Amino acid sequence: MSKKSSPAAPSEPADVSVAVPSPHAAAPANAKLTTEQRIELYRKMVRIRRFEERCLPVYNAGKIGGFLHLYIGQEAVAVGACSLMGKDDHVITAYRDHGHAIAVGMDTKPLMAELYGKVTGCSKGKGGSMHYFAPELNYWGGHGIVGGQIPLGTGLAYAVKYQGKKGAAMAFMGDGAVNQGAVHEAYNLAALWDLPVLFVIENNRYSMGTSQERSSAGVLGKRAEAYDMQWYQCGGHDIYEVRATLDEALTRARDQHKPAVVEIDTYRYRGHSVADPDKTYRDRKEIEEKVLTTAIIEEIDAAARAEAERAVEFAEASPFPTAEDIQKDVYWETDQPARTSEGRIFFNNVK
Amino acid sequence: MATLTYREAIRAALSEEIERDPNVVIMGEEVAQFNGAYKVTEGMLEKYGPKRIVDTPISEAGFIGMGIGASMLGIRPVMELMFWSFFSVAYDQIVNNAANVRYMSGGQIACPIVIRGPANGGTNVGATHSHTPENILAHHPGLKVVVPSNAADAKALMKTAIRDNDPVMFLENTLLYGIAGEVPDGDICLPFGRAHIAREGKDLTIVTYGRCVLHSLAAAEKLKADKGLNIEVIDLRTIRPLDVDTVLKSVAKTHRVLIVEEQRPFCSVGTMLAATIQEEAFDELDAPILRVGTIDAPAIYAPPVEKNYQLPNPERVIEGVLKVMR
Repeated sequence: MSKKSSPAAPSEPADVSVAVPSPHAAAPANAKLTTEQRIELYRKMVRIRRFEERCLPVYNAGKIGGFLHLYIGQEAVAVGACSLMGKDDHVITAYRDHGHAIAVGMDTKPLMAELYGKVTGCSKGKGGSMHYFAPELNYWGGHGIVGGQIPLGTGLAYAVKYQGKKGAAMAFMGDGAVNQGAVHEAYNLAALWDLPVLFVIENNRYSMGTSQERSSAGVLGKRAEAYDMQWYQCGGHDIYEVRATLDEALTRARDQHKPAVVEIDTYRYRGHSVADPDKTYRDRKEIEEKVLTTAIIEEIDAAARAEAERAVEFAEASPFPTAEDIQKDVYWETDQPARTSEGRIFFNNVK
Repeated sequence: MATLTYREAIRAALSEEIERDPNVVIMGEEVAQFNGAYKVTEGMLEKYGPKRIVDTPISEAGFIGMGIGASMLGIRPVMELMFWSFFSVAYDQIVNNAANVRYMSGGQIACPIVIRGPANGGTNVGATHSHTPENILAHHPGLKVVVPSNAADAKALMKTAIRDNDPVMFLENTLLYGIAGEVPDGDICLPFGRAHIAREGKDLTIVTYGRCVLHSLAAAEKLKADKGLNIEVIDLRTIRPLDVDTVLKSVAKTHRVLIVEEQRPFCSVGTMLAATIQEEAFDELDAPILRVGTIDAPAIYAPPVEKNYQLPNPERVIEGVLKVMR
């Protein structure tokens, strides 16, 4: 973890291994963790990994439509960040949203069913991979337009502050989003109005197929300085480092209503989406993965695989939404037993 | 009953709702210290303070998006666009976030935001400031679109808009702000989707909304005096939901339809109306449905040309009626 007030080059990807003791394990956010909590953090990361790995053959079998943006390689970021959430903290992210969904506590069965487009999916088969939501867990999506979710996250923070609650919003984005105007508009509003929001850049080095060097000038997190915002930079492969950094930023946001930008250095091991074969723009040796082997890890791994399998079975067995479902969940009003307005609200062609 | 201008009527609605619900916040460019670019929010900062009446930077994507996010957590923001023309820089937030977030979440999220401001030409401010995007907004399921033509409707519809749990796009008109009308006292809301028969008649139905209601009524009076024609004028009040029944009932009575709108012809609101009427009341029609709208070009600056030729006006409405009657 480092708090930045001057330029710094992004660090190299950290070693995935947790066999090496983390220098951040003793940070206040981590020192208080029980053994069970530490194992749970690891378990969540493995559950995300196995869930997504299980998605691949299903996708390749043509059972999942559209895009499938995998989070593989970035698990420590979502799990570390979401493990810090209190009851008035909120999370919103972009389309690479499976990891955050599992990290906030969503059940993997409706997540897999959503990928299948089934009515038992978390969005009733209406959102798909890019649009997972769980407002009851303070998880606000799952958004498809690069950077478009960042003003929404700022609005969540606005609401938390307006209602006098002690909480903060974490608005996640990829490194490609930092060049979107909406992101800068949100930075300005958050800094201008002292909103408790963390703009978390998961810098996985590539905006789709374009490397950071080819798309973004300067150090991404440093753009915060133009708005007089605090910014942090940390590694994203050491969950203790993620937690230590975000714990400090979150505490500051909750206590002082101060926004910050947190640039987390991470790496996605897969292509932009599964449709991206990832053979053209990255050196294969960049994509090495280290695996741990201990008894408890084997147990966790077996359980995560079994869970992913059950999620597939659940999704397979679930029905698709019906044609009548297409026009449900469009308006709040039309989902109620009685409408509040009159007149025609849906316009259908002749059947 | 009080006599209020359209501007005052909207202000009255905003004030009453601010007082009724602590989650209502008025936000936008120049709404607070400057008292509103068109003075709709005049005096509100002084009365309700900076927590409820909030000046934003010129940053529509940022603050509209922020309002949408806040509404997901139960705030009821009423966001002013100084001109609806500026919706284009917040378009992604409106159509991808406000309109879609409920659907994409399988109905888990409500988005009770109101976006309001003037949407009209006729003020010689050129093409960038004269857009009338009600057709574009109504194209997106999830949004509701409101287009009041008078003070009483503006107040009652604004109160409904603020209490509505869906995103409501509220399109006003700078040329209506100063026009006074009788406004009923009390806490009166008007349901969306209920058109108003502004003038009864039997010879032809004009379907219209917003400021074009005034043009249509003026044309109808002249046609009565000059030609003895009895024109029915329907003020739609809202575009989505749309009071199709009232339109069809009128068509069954008059058998002739002219649509008057401040819209360019291609994919206008009138296009939708004409399609609907011919689909559902073809046998009632004694003549083709015609439309009087904006001449198909970007809004011209030249003041007399914009007023007299490009936009609908009573003379062009009369011309249109006579063509349908031919």
